[in-house]
Amino acid sequence: MTTTTAQSTEERTTAPLVRLTDAGKHYGNIIALQGVSLEVGGGEVTCVLGDNGAGKSTLIKIIAGLHQHTEGRYEVEGKPVHFNSPREALDRGIATVYQDLAVVPLMPVWRNFFLGNEVRKGVGPVSVMDVGFMKRTTKKELSDMGIDLRDVDQPIGTLSGGERQCVAIARAVYYGAKVLILDEPTAALGVKQSGVVLKYILQAKERGLGVIFITHNPHHAYPVGDEFLLLKRGRSLGYYAKGEISRDELTALMAGGAELEELHHELQAGGGVAAAAAHVLEEEVKELGITATGGQP
Amino acid sequence: MSQTVGEVITSPPPPARDERVARRSPFARLLTRPEVGALLGAIIIYLIFFSVAPAFRPAESLSSVLYQSSTYGIPAVAVALLMIGGEFDLSAGVAVTSSALVASMFSYQFTTNMWVGVLVALVVALAIGFANGYLVVKTGIPSFLVTLGTFFMLRGLNLALTKQITGNVATNDVSDMQGFDSAKKIFASSFSIGGVSIRVTLIWWIIFVAIATWVLLRTHLGNWIFATGGSAPSSRAVGVPVNRVKIGLFMLVGFMCWFTGMHLLFNFNTVQSGIGIGNEFIYIVAAVVGGCLLTGGYGSVIGAAIGAFIFGMANLGIVYAGWNPDWFYFFLGVLLLGAILLNNYVRKRAEAMR
Repeated sequence: MTTTTAQSTEERTTAPLVRLTDAGKHYGNIIALQGVSLEVGGGEVTCVLGDNGAGKSTLIKIIAGLHQHTEGRYEVEGKPVHFNSPREALDRGIATVYQDLAVVPLMPVWRNFFLGNEVRKGVGPVSVMDVGFMKRTTKKELSDMGIDLRDVDQPIGTLSGGERQCVAIARAVYYGAKVLILDEPTAALGVKQSGVVLKYILQAKERGLGVIFITHNPHHAYPVGDEFLLLKRGRSLGYYAKGEISRDELTALMAGGAELEELHHELQAGGGVAAAAAHVLEEEVKELGITATGGQP
Repeated sequence: MSQTVGEVITSPPPPARDERVARRSPFARLLTRPEVGALLGAIIIYLIFFSVAPAFRPAESLSSVLYQSSTYGIPAVAVALLMIGGEFDLSAGVAVTSSALVASMFSYQFTTNMWVGVLVALVVALAIGFANGYLVVKTGIPSFLVTLGTFFMLRGLNLALTKQITGNVATNDVSDMQGFDSAKKIFASSFSIGGVSIRVTLIWWIIFVAIATWVLLRTHLGNWIFATGGSAPSSRAVGVPVNRVKIGLFMLVGFMCWFTGMHLLFNFNTVQSGIGIGNEFIYIVAAVVGGCLLTGGYGSVIGAAIGAFIFGMANLGIVYAGWNPDWFYFFLGVLLLGAILLNNYVRKRAEAMR
């Protein structure tokens, strides 16, 4: 099955936008991440899946330039890099949309949209922001993404979670990001709003961007992803192309058969409602094809 | 085709403007500005003094009030920007005195032109601001504590060094020194318009407020100041140089303190080393009354100017009204609390209107 990945690598004439090879990160004597490899090319969505504490945050911080890797290689378009700040990563076209979205709630939408990249007219010390252009552009870019904002002058804190997420994605796309890192964009959203965000991920992919989509929800990852990296306790649990793995297998790997089994027993011991829940869980485990001996299908 | 036409007719035509945005009157728009509460407070306090104190009414009195306000308002410009940027400076009050002392003693002891002392004082004031900012940014200790430390250090230095150098608690008179007259023109002169004398600090104050407001609302630096105070981690993530913004703001406070200190020196010729203590709170209160959020990320320089004006009115109004000045601080507390409550109320209403 590894041939699929090998083939796709051969087919690419240029180096992938982002490639990590055996990358790792130590904080003193604590190993946060070890031996992780990943590749993203243009028009590809690579999903990074893992439970809390799996090392997802450390991984994206390395790619985004907030932290430096202490082991392995990190290449952007074939050239090895060591970013000292997110600014440097941004300059190479790697934009990150964080869980907290890196927006300032009290500031108007348009000021947030252009924060750190203000459009100026005039020269030197008397350059002013082109407020009119910035407001128009914000409105247009957002409506291109299908977000119809009432008023770009309203504080961004007054928008809904999904809307804010989309503003952050639209912002990264507008600044010519080649690679978009999305940190748990659907974690705090309802079903419908998650769907909206997934749609934007596909839209970014169609525009030829590489997307690194961090999530702990295989149901969100599978429909949009081309490749799946599974992390657990700072190590890679597997790296699959879409053809190599089914959604159920992905879910099973994510959930970890043994853990589900344990939960099943705990619930059963509780009796009453808990036992009923245990029954449902048992059905689901069967459906996913997880055996009691371990998380293999 | 007829079907398509039918559909077009049944669906309403796209509205020219967004129907979800209720038409807002200019008045309602005005109410969403941060300085509105302070403006209403200032008008009410002005009317109160105008009705109870006949001595308060002449233009000459208003000029005095404005002069008094400008000496607090000039540092408050920088303190407000710093507060919007999310930090405090408790050393601002004594830093004014330090600047004046440095300029005075340097020129006197080395018998230089006054302007040399003025420039040395500027360097010292900016260095104090830089030290404050650098410590806050590098250590992550709240600026409240860092600048409380600088406050005590400067307070001690002001007294100790002045006594050491001049053998007195005040500096020597510098009014006959070279360059004094030209410096006085810049920092402490006055002129008259229609028989009313106007102090030059008022003009400087207006210029500083105008520049600061323009920077805050119309330049990328202003955007960065709002963002730094509103959410420093988010700002950092999108590439705003948060640390440089903060250090720059502390240095701006240093600059405004230097300017005020120069006014003191060239207005009174000598400087008392113990003055300025407590003024830092007046600057902060002016900013807060003017609508600056104590937690940063929101506020206005014009608001801080109105805050300083409220303080100036209360300060002199009590004298004009012939009230017992012992009660001054009590009245001041009432006025400030009232202004803040009004401000709060207006802001809540304004936000509900959005």
